[in-house]
Amino acid sequence: MQYERPSSLKDAIGLLAKAKGNAFVLAGGSDLLARMKSGHVEPDLVVDIKSVKGLGEIRKTASGFAIGAAVPCAAMGESTALKKAWPGVVEAANLIGCKQVQGRCTIAGNLCNASPAADSVPALVAAGAKAVIAGPGKKRTIAVEKVVTAPGRTSLGKGEIVVAITLDKRPSRSGDAYLRFIPRTEMDIAVVSAGVNLTLDQKGRVKSARVALGAVAPTVLLVKPAAKAIIGTKLDEAALEKLVQACSVACRPIDDKRGTVDFRKKVSGVLAKRAARIAYKRAGGK
Amino acid sequence: MSAIAVSTTINGDDTEFLCQAEETLLDVLRDRLGLTGSKEGCGTGDCGACSVIVDDRLVCSCLVLGAEAEGRRIETIEGMANGEDLHPLQSKFLEHAALQCGVCTPGFLIAARDLLEKNPNPTEEEIRFGLAGNLCRCTGYDKIVRAVQDAARVMKGS
Amino acid sequence: MNFDARYAAQSFKSVGTRPIRPDGVDKVTGRARYGADFNMPGQLVGCILRSPHAHAKIEKIDTSKAEKLKGVKAVITATDLPDLTNGDAAMYDILDNCMARGKALYDGHAVAAVAAIDARTARQALKLIKVRYKVLPHVTDVDEAVKPSAPLVQNDVFTAGVDPRPTKPSNIARRSQYGHGDVDAGFGKADIIVECSYRTEQTHQGYIEPHACVASVNSDGTAELWVCTQGHFVFRQHCAGLLGLDVSKLRVTSSEIGGGFGGKTHVWIEPVALALSRKAGRPVKLVMSREEVFRASGPTSATSIDVRIGARSDGTITAALATLRYSCGPYDGMWAEIGAMTAFACYDLENVRSVGQEVLVNRPKTAAYRAPSAPMAAFAVESAIDELAGKVGMDPVALRIKNAAKEGTRSSYGPVYGPIGIGPTLEAVQKHPHMNAPLGRNQGRGMACGFWFNFGGQTCTDLNIGVDGTVTLAVGTVDVGGSRASLSLVAAEELGIPYEQVKAVIADTSTLGYNDMTDGSRGTFSSSMATISAARNAIAVMKERAARMWDIPVKDVDWEDGHARARGKKHGNLPPLSVKDIAAAAPKTGGPIAGHSELVADGAGVSFATHICDVEIDPETGATKVLRYTVVQDAGKAVHPDYVEGQYQGGAAQGIGWALNEEYIYGEDGRLQNPGFLDYRIPVCSDLPMIDTQILEIPNPNHPYGVRGVGETSIVPPLAAIANAVSNAVGVRMTHIPMSPPRILAALDGKKAG
Repeated sequence: MQYERPSSLKDAIGLLAKAKGNAFVLAGGSDLLARMKSGHVEPDLVVDIKSVKGLGEIRKTASGFAIGAAVPCAAMGESTALKKAWPGVVEAANLIGCKQVQGRCTIAGNLCNASPAADSVPALVAAGAKAVIAGPGKKRTIAVEKVVTAPGRTSLGKGEIVVAITLDKRPSRSGDAYLRFIPRTEMDIAVVSAGVNLTLDQKGRVKSARVALGAVAPTVLLVKPAAKAIIGTKLDEAALEKLVQACSVACRPIDDKRGTVDFRKKVSGVLAKRAARIAYKRAGGK
Repeated sequence: MSAIAVSTTINGDDTEFLCQAEETLLDVLRDRLGLTGSKEGCGTGDCGACSVIVDDRLVCSCLVLGAEAEGRRIETIEGMANGEDLHPLQSKFLEHAALQCGVCTPGFLIAARDLLEKNPNPTEEEIRFGLAGNLCRCTGYDKIVRAVQDAARVMKGS
Repeated sequence: MNFDARYAAQSFKSVGTRPIRPDGVDKVTGRARYGADFNMPGQLVGCILRSPHAHAKIEKIDTSKAEKLKGVKAVITATDLPDLTNGDAAMYDILDNCMARGKALYDGHAVAAVAAIDARTARQALKLIKVRYKVLPHVTDVDEAVKPSAPLVQNDVFTAGVDPRPTKPSNIARRSQYGHGDVDAGFGKADIIVECSYRTEQTHQGYIEPHACVASVNSDGTAELWVCTQGHFVFRQHCAGLLGLDVSKLRVTSSEIGGGFGGKTHVWIEPVALALSRKAGRPVKLVMSREEVFRASGPTSATSIDVRIGARSDGTITAALATLRYSCGPYDGMWAEIGAMTAFACYDLENVRSVGQEVLVNRPKTAAYRAPSAPMAAFAVESAIDELAGKVGMDPVALRIKNAAKEGTRSSYGPVYGPIGIGPTLEAVQKHPHMNAPLGRNQGRGMACGFWFNFGGQTCTDLNIGVDGTVTLAVGTVDVGGSRASLSLVAAEELGIPYEQVKAVIADTSTLGYNDMTDGSRGTFSSSMATISAARNAIAVMKERAARMWDIPVKDVDWEDGHARARGKKHGNLPPLSVKDIAAAAPKTGGPIAGHSELVADGAGVSFATHICDVEIDPETGATKVLRYTVVQDAGKAVHPDYVEGQYQGGAAQGIGWALNEEYIYGEDGRLQNPGFLDYRIPVCSDLPMIDTQILEIPNPNHPYGVRGVGETSIVPPLAAIANAVSNAVGVRMTHIPMSPPRILAALDGKKAG
């Protein structure tokens, strides 16, 4: 295995573009090194992007936030502005693994690892986050939900790197939340998870919403009928019941070591309902 | 494949070593530098026994490549006591019998120090969640939590 | 020398205090050396190739390419570990488990091993070994394995303990039976009968330190082994036997041990490391990965248990019956038998029968796990007792007190009890404020009892008095949880010197006589007995030396408070001599002063505990939160109360993990799906509340201080206590452990569906 630590994005892309064999980007490494240890991957090349200028920063931009691909999730929790604007996204990032893992892992890495159970992804999808992708061709920006195509697979081309995740500026009366179900209280992979992001109108009714579910399908699901169920409502019981139903219907889960089909179908709705209530409250709803 | 030369700082000392690309920081600490206080309980970031500080961040050294140590500051259990003087957490772990087999202890101490540096006055719940990345199979955590609470009390007083 | 082990009441100066442990500073500074922290000059790295199949015939192993790889110094297969077991079936099973002989019997079974100059080369070499397998049908489930249609794990196992001997082989290796009275007549007298079947899944001890050793075999037939083990003397015997070495030429040193809980009482990689070293002619270090620990070291049994209990309407139990099926992995064990012995041990029963069946499955060889086999039996029986209390309309504690065993009770497994703690723990629980604390919505409380035998066994210690009067205590029972502190307290107590003047160490196999391993909660019980004996022997020597120093007859010398005192008026003005005084004079009064002891520690004194647990269930997700937990257990005498509490808390925490989340999950392909700490979910710090403890001290009549083993009993009640609490919270009897969220949610849905 070859280890490279380029200091420019151009060099990083160049190394990945011309690599023969298995090439991997090393951002936080919390997935990559664990997979190397278990023998699931045997890289020929690892490109460490932590020394690439700018990738280790959270930037406040005119349109919102840009979170560099090498920013550890722990640093997101230390950013007061980010936490205030996107509490659900930060919560999700700070649920990954444990404190030690959060000192390393990144949301870009969490996304590109392409696990259906990735903690930060449903929150990002609900938030309408975008991935900024650099590569041998033109820089492009796509919706986060377009990055992962199947478990372990992404739409990234050879030599392409997700360099940042961007989050929009918040309209007033907005809130987001992320909840996951794990059998323990920490140190677990989501059995099922839900992210909800919403904005209220002046009367406290949900004006717009996005609901995303994790670990219930090959990729994170953006569940439009679930959002529709709460739009125009103040999250009354009937609306929440519709949300629950929409989530359960949208799930296409499997039985595995972490949970059953039945369990995931039921609990996805429960979590979406609870996350919606939290987001609603954060948006100032009563 | 030729080895990678790395210059780093470990517990305040300038340190140089050679390692292979796939070797983790934990491998380097243990097998190349003789710093065996950091333990490998899993090698996949699930037990915290190899906890170290890299540039002020708490990490599992099994999830860091040795080559990544270049130019960084590493702190391990071997640097926690100041010569003969134990850190208050070390003393309180002894006083409260917060260890049985002791193999998780170095990781717990590093993580607990990081916790108290960031939050000198933690609640029991904050301690429990803050140390959730460190597995202990002997104690049921009770005496560990009490030792950290007591150490926090002492450290605030000093 | 004669040693009187009988209990004698006394007031203690050192015993019962809570000093800092002697190995403490090394452990908080990272200096303590565990299994993988030791190296030898010229050492190679060993790696083991493991079967990916649950059950397969090994048709051919081609190691030629691996042998040719640069840096590879040895490759071995079963042929390098020839069968020297001479018809000893148990030893043959150990040999076969260390390296598969003809058939791989579980996912993870070792089939070959290499030693190379570094880890990278060793891993590469493993990939170059080509094994041709013929995959055979497998069975991993305990209930499936007992069906007549199940694939046979071993072709030549005919159920033992059945008369006449079966004519067909099966996966039931052995049947055992315990009990007394007439169970059928007892059920005839019952007004109420409860009957239910229970299941528990397989769990692992989950010690944080993986198995590790460094082996060095010399061409002259001498060898050294550094290893994390609960019993280095037993490892020496097993390894020497399997390798054909003379027992006394193999020196085994036990490292600090990073947890064992029974799992490090069995050899796994050590004979392989020795065989690699012998072939390579260099020391070999072999360390298991976490994945290997889960796949190939010993988990406990998965079980399936049927219980039937009958009682009169006043709550008196008239009959109790249990059938217990325990998985053993691919080799016969005594796991169901121990379950059958312990199942009803808490109760005073006129008519009782328990039947154990050892069931072979294609899973790793079952190993001991803290009070092995007892927690599952207690789960089934204590759940049934709660059901019975409900049907009779009695308080569960009161019903248990009414039927509790007491001094003179004939136990369900045979012996008649001496003074025991089941009644006192139940009465303490009845009075405990925890039992009357209010409960909220979705919350439930449960309690349950547990029993463990405790073992004694062969024990040997040396107590050497230094020239400055300080004391080295060399013991041969590995310290798994603070026993060096406890044994130092005992030596200090006997000699009448401060604790700080005693240093306890674990001696290696070449410097001390044989010791059984630290299992059966015997470490402090048996080694403290041997320490008391050794100290008393040393005192006898010191009295002789004092007599010589004073030039008076030894019969006129008394030992009191750490001093020799001349008795009688005629010696009245002789000032007492301290240990230090006598030690300083030793070179001139006869040389070094020491006390030795070799004994078989009999009468380990059975142990009982009763636990209380409060839980809260999330009715929408099935998640369980443990809100409060209380352990009440008899210690006989708590030598170092901190470490007694530590044992109570640690056992309870392991039991909580077992009850709620821990389980081995096998796929249809017979492969283990969760061989790591991410998906094998042991409790983390934020999962647990503080664990309250109450130590009762009902002296063991067979120990000078009244000590009983304390290490294991604490894992026996939790499965049942939590199951009772969850069942009370959700209103459905939970019969399957672990009570994971999907199982609880399914139970709640079942209840709603009616």
